[in-house]
Amino acid sequence: MAKLELQNLTKAYSRDIVPVKQLNLVVEDNEFLTLVGPSGCGKSTILRLIAGLDQPTEGRVMIGDRDVSRLPPGDRNIAMVFQSYALYPHMTVRENVASGLKLRHLPVGDIQKRVQEVSGVLGLDPLLDRKPAKLSGGQRQRVALARALVRNPDVFLLDEPLSNLDALLREQVRADLKQIFADQKSPIVYVTHDQTEAMTLSTKVAVLNNGYLQQLGHPHDIYKTPANRFVASFIGSPQMNLITLSRTGNTVALGDFSIPLPIGIQAASVVLGIRPEHLRLPREGDMHTVSGQVFLVENLGMHDLVSLRVQGDPTLTLRALLPADAAWSKENLQLALPPESIHWFDDETEQRLG
Amino acid sequence: MLQNAYQYALDNSDRILTALQQHLLLVAVPLAIGLLVGLPLGLWSARSRLISTVMLNSFNALRVIPSLAVLFLAVPVLGLSFWSAVLALTLLVMPPILISTDVAFRNISPAIREAATGMGMPPVDILKTVEVPLALPVVIAGIKTATVEVIASATLAAFVGAGGLGAFIVLGFAAYDPAILLVGAVPVALLALLAEVGLSAVQRAAQPPGVRSA
Ligand SMILES: Nc1ncnc2c1ncn2[C@@H]1O[C@H](COP(=O)(O)OP(=O)(O)OP(=O)(O)O)[C@@H](O)[C@H]1O
Ligand SMILES: [Mg+2]
Repeated sequence: MAKLELQNLTKAYSRDIVPVKQLNLVVEDNEFLTLVGPSGCGKSTILRLIAGLDQPTEGRVMIGDRDVSRLPPGDRNIAMVFQSYALYPHMTVRENVASGLKLRHLPVGDIQKRVQEVSGVLGLDPLLDRKPAKLSGGQRQRVALARALVRNPDVFLLDEPLSNLDALLREQVRADLKQIFADQKSPIVYVTHDQTEAMTLSTKVAVLNNGYLQQLGHPHDIYKTPANRFVASFIGSPQMNLITLSRTGNTVALGDFSIPLPIGIQAASVVLGIRPEHLRLPREGDMHTVSGQVFLVENLGMHDLVSLRVQGDPTLTLRALLPADAAWSKENLQLALPPESIHWFDDETEQRLG
Repeated sequence: MLQNAYQYALDNSDRILTALQQHLLLVAVPLAIGLLVGLPLGLWSARSRLISTVMLNSFNALRVIPSLAVLFLAVPVLGLSFWSAVLALTLLVMPPILISTDVAFRNISPAIREAATGMGMPPVDILKTVEVPLALPVVIAGIKTATVEVIASATLAAFVGAGGLGAFIVLGFAAYDPAILLVGAVPVALLALLAEVGLSAVQRAAQPPGVRSA
């Protein structure tokens, strides 16, 4: 087994297109790293650099203690699963799965045994003699996964492997993935658009934007203490309320309501962030409350997503996730902002404050 | 008239046999050269946009020149000979082989090639185990077109004295005897039909079930 390390990795396609900038990352054995970020932020490019499908402009890719930056993909012992699955259409499922092993010149018996093992785990046994054209999307996805698993690679790379599945199937495969990869020792790098996938599967999440690493940490930490405004807005659904406010003394005014700043904050202009799920109805002893006029209620099943205009400044809106058992529309609503749930960011640097 | 043709064929069976042999040689040699040169060139041009543009355009331009014209242009250089005919016919088989090879390999989804690379397959193995099997049906279709064309066009070789079944057609015209003409034309048509049917079967066999042809 081998850890994966990216050192100062940079990829420039041209002077203006630099999707990976000075990236430093370590993924240890047994770690599951998820890369998240908006479309075009360089997630796939990072995987391609690790796989050797592209050459870095600068920096190094280390697997174990080997610098593999200049090695062809075949010498890196990686396995990659693509969004499009990219199965070989002329081969049966069995041949597809075995294709990754044949290269190693293993005895046929060993190949068969390994294919059987993996196909058992992934439930592919009844499909082994079919061609990919005769499989459903979910089945193809499993074959692509099997083709990677069978190799026992030093590093697993998965680029949005579930994004072509419908929501229901995705949930199921996600659970399966979690189990399958729990038994894998090799480092895993996983790319997704889906936050739930990132949160449930990973031991580490890397949030990327504009080619830069924004934050790296345990999924829970990233949710709880986003390092900057971008991470705060990107992680969490529904999106965090982010309101730019200028300070007066040691407080900021949210419409008619004054909210004290934590001690030590110097910035002249700040961004207050609070997640919709942390806004709640006031209880006895709540220090900070705001009220406003409800103008939109979106039913999300268990919860209502309630939008309101803050009293005293109709340009300020807040969204709150409230229990769906009451009728919120047209109401003048009072909400509490628990101080421990408020995030502060510098309006200028966009970095977390306090 | 058919009876006449039959009688003529019986009387000249050894001449027909020789002509058939010549004809088959006129098909086989250009086809062999065409495959030997066209397949690698097609593969190369599938890999490179520049080569592809240059190659396909020049061969398409060549295609505009009728085979007969090439034939007569070759005569001053190579004389009234078998090789003049071979040159002309080789130029004829090249475009379909080249173009179909180019298209066949170009149409393989880059994602599939990339997946193979990402799984550590060396380029030679990718070519052998992934690309060739996927490209084969389209390549064979091109070879089929080339073969049928060259079987038909080899009749023109008679005009430069290279023999073949075309000799009977020339003779038939000259003697105003449709029976002799038929003795040349019928075997040519049969050969072409045979090639078409045979290579179609090969093409189907190469087409893995469930894989769409390009
Ligand atoms: N071969 C290439 N040549 C030039 N630019 C490229 C190339 N490949 C990718 N890019 C650019 O690099 C940037 C990052 O692309 P990348 O595919 O890594 O994004 P991504 O984060 O995977 O996006 P998505 O979530 O949409 O898959 C994009 O702006 C893309 O246009
Ligand atoms: Mg991508």
